Amino acid sequence: MTVQDIVKRCEHLFEDLDFNVVSEWKAAQPGRKAIGYMPIYVPREIVHAAGMLPVGIFGGGDQLEVIQGDAYYQSYICRIPRSTIELGLTGRLDCLDGMLFPSICDVIRNLSGMWQILFKDKYVKYFDVPQDYADEVGGKFYIHEMQALRTDLGRLAGKEISDEDLKKSIAVYNENRKAVRELYAYRAQKPWQAPTSEVYLVLRAGCVLPPEEHTKLIRSYIAETNSVERPKRDNARVVLNGSFCEQPPLGLIKSIEMAGCYVVDDDFQLCQSWLLDDVSVEGNPLEELSKAFLHRSAQTASKYDDKKEDKGKHLLRQVKSRGAEGVVFAMASFCDPALLERPMLQDVLNKHKIPYTAFKFAENTGQMAPIREQAGTFADSIKLWSAA
Amino acid sequence: MSTVTPIKDAKKKEVVKEDAMWIQKELINKNYHEIATAHETGRKVSATFVPGNLNELLMCFDFARRLPETDALQNGLRKKSGKMIMDAERDGHSEDVCTYVKTDLGMMLQGQMGPTGEPMPNPDLLLLSYTGCFTFMKWFELVRQKYNCETIMLHTPYQGDGKISPAMRDYVVKQIKEKVIPACERISGKKFDIDLLRQYMKESVKAEEDLVRVLQTAKHRPSPIDGYFGAVYYIGPMFTAFRGVPEATKFYRLLREEVEQRMREGKGPITPDGEMTEENYRLVVEGPPNWTSFRDFWKMFYEEGAVVVASTYAKVGGVYDFGFRHDPEHPIESLADYCLGCYTNLNFPQRIDMICKYIDEYQADGLLINSIKSCNSFSAGQLLILREVEKRTGKPAAFIETDLVDPRYFSGANVKNRLESYLQMIKQKRTAAAAAVA
Ligand code: SF4
Ligand code: SF4
Repeated sequence: MTVQDIVKRCEHLFEDLDFNVVSEWKAAQPGRKAIGYMPIYVPREIVHAAGMLPVGIFGGGDQLEVIQGDAYYQSYICRIPRSTIELGLTGRLDCLDGMLFPSICDVIRNLSGMWQILFKDKYVKYFDVPQDYADEVGGKFYIHEMQALRTDLGRLAGKEISDEDLKKSIAVYNENRKAVRELYAYRAQKPWQAPTSEVYLVLRAGCVLPPEEHTKLIRSYIAETNSVERPKRDNARVVLNGSFCEQPPLGLIKSIEMAGCYVVDDDFQLCQSWLLDDVSVEGNPLEELSKAFLHRSAQTASKYDDKKEDKGKHLLRQVKSRGAEGVVFAMASFCDPALLERPMLQDVLNKHKIPYTAFKFAENTGQMAPIREQAGTFADSIKLWSAA
Repeated sequence: MSTVTPIKDAKKKEVVKEDAMWIQKELINKNYHEIATAHETGRKVSATFVPGNLNELLMCFDFARRLPETDALQNGLRKKSGKMIMDAERDGHSEDVCTYVKTDLGMMLQGQMGPTGEPMPNPDLLLLSYTGCFTFMKWFELVRQKYNCETIMLHTPYQGDGKISPAMRDYVVKQIKEKVIPACERISGKKFDIDLLRQYMKESVKAEEDLVRVLQTAKHRPSPIDGYFGAVYYIGPMFTAFRGVPEATKFYRLLREEVEQRMREGKGPITPDGEMTEENYRLVVEGPPNWTSFRDFWKMFYEEGAVVVASTYAKVGGVYDFGFRHDPEHPIESLADYCLGCYTNLNFPQRIDMICKYIDEYQADGLLINSIKSCNSFSAGQLLILREVEKRTGKPAAFIETDLVDPRYFSGANVKNRLESYLQMIKQKRTAAAAAVA
């Protein structure tokens, strides 16, 4: 497959709001089940260990006409819950046997209860992750939460999930995370070879493909794109922050790039890069997953920073390690966690003299011109600044 | 139409008994003064949130107790919040986010004058009781950047499955024992005394019992109280810095006696314009009130003879009417249960059950939702609550939109229109039902 073929396939998966690929995966073997999850993070290892397909649900983007979903939400609430409800009410999520709603914000939290009411025959779980990071306190609670999920899914699968199953799945996801890290590193090294509009699609494919297949896909994308030289531009290198839940339309990512920015790091698909290194396959698997979460995971707006001085460390690390020259804050309108986090991150950037720009979007934003203009001005100012 | 009779010659003694507003104001002002002078008197200042607040525990360490939500609310009532919000927005905060947070940040920008005009000292402890609202975490992270004081996260898991599991309780208990108490000891310089905690809790239980009796008098026809606008004054001491304080216990005893007396006499609620003499509509309300136009908002109801017999807002600081009481025998465990059980920590099916139960037990004509722009915790999904409650009870429901403390989002004319058409609808339904029976 050429790089174009790979990107085309990913684009097709991205645009397929009927999740046909999930239905096909299920049909390939009787009894298979699929479990949806919402942003930001769930330990997909547990779903995988139950022999099920974890499916990332990130709203309807700009392709879906939201009719019924709007009747459930006031105008001052972000878009992702309404388009997700639309997906559910129009039967597009019928291929899912359950949904996980991680603790990210009040909107997703409340959506979990709405799902219980609207889709009574489906498995629904609000998945709480700890905001206390002591192994004996938050860790214990988290292990219990994972154990409950493990029991539930084992019941749904008709077969208990063994430690061995879990360890195998951890190994599969370690490999997947490794491939994601390779992709990020490759893009940071040669952003002209791996535009974010493509990288994004490759990552989004990970929402619907089995992890083994996704890992292969990432690696073949890197190999293929590396084999054909593309023109290098004098773009500004930026980290994009704040789009960890509701996703900007693909057109918006393209607009930022066209305006002269190379996005060298981002938080679009945090679930895939949340754990910063490998989870040990030795020892008790749930304990290992817990330790990775508590001590070696990314920072984001929905996760408490224990200490004041920790604020923005992850973002700074992204900027430094990727050689970025600035930060683009792109947050969903009405997204409390992201928008409340932003001023704190901006303070940190100010202290380190890192330039930034900020705008809001909605998943169905159609007007790209203002964003292109803003990103363009920002890229120009960075170049001027670095030339000075 | 006026259904209100002004009270003449309201003597001070009667006001104390009849008007919870007055005594509550006294308590609040006294507390603000205590906070303002805390550092001079050698006391430390804590700040924490209303839902799941550990008031009795903080009292054990003699903290002067600030509640930033109450500060914002008070600034709203005193019409100071609008400017504070705009100042915070000018300082870089998004127009989209919770206005309680921006009121607090705006107050800091304006030199941290408290709502009563006294300067507020910086807190020595931010106790981030993380119950029922994700914004709390961002709020205290934001103020921590400015105050530079110790911040303790007390994470309360959400009742996603509609119940409190032993693991959830253990998690909260452990955090209280291993994190919160040691931090309080360290900051206050006082050793924790569990017997003192028990003693305060004994006070709490008495007051909680009386509060429930007060709220439940609204089951009577006519209701002697308004369970939303009036209840704001009743819940004030209990939900904030006064639960466990003997003065508050006394207040609730007096309040209960007075309200029960009013009930026996067949009297209606006291409103700012006097006693409500005609009860035309009995409503259940979901969602917090608007504070910047509180009086006008309330007036729209009592002018029509509409009384709120029960509200979910009166349960944000504890669902006491469903049986929860602090337990001096198991003090830490009951603090955990308290945190876990607050209204906004309940899942959607629980919230809907509660509202349906209120409609039934308080013989209400229907549900009114006041959807607050600021508050995702309350508001996200309320339209489903509306549909479900209508479906289950057969009673009409209506939806209005305002904000807590941002005057830009209170449109009096719109709210009044909506309310009037809703009350009309109730009337028509009633007439139709009566005709069907006849
Ligand atoms: S976009 Fe923000 S507010 Fe909306 S569901 Fe996601 S995290 Fe919550
Ligand atoms: S979001 Fe709601 S509960 Fe949370 S701080 Fe704001 S008003 Fe209070």
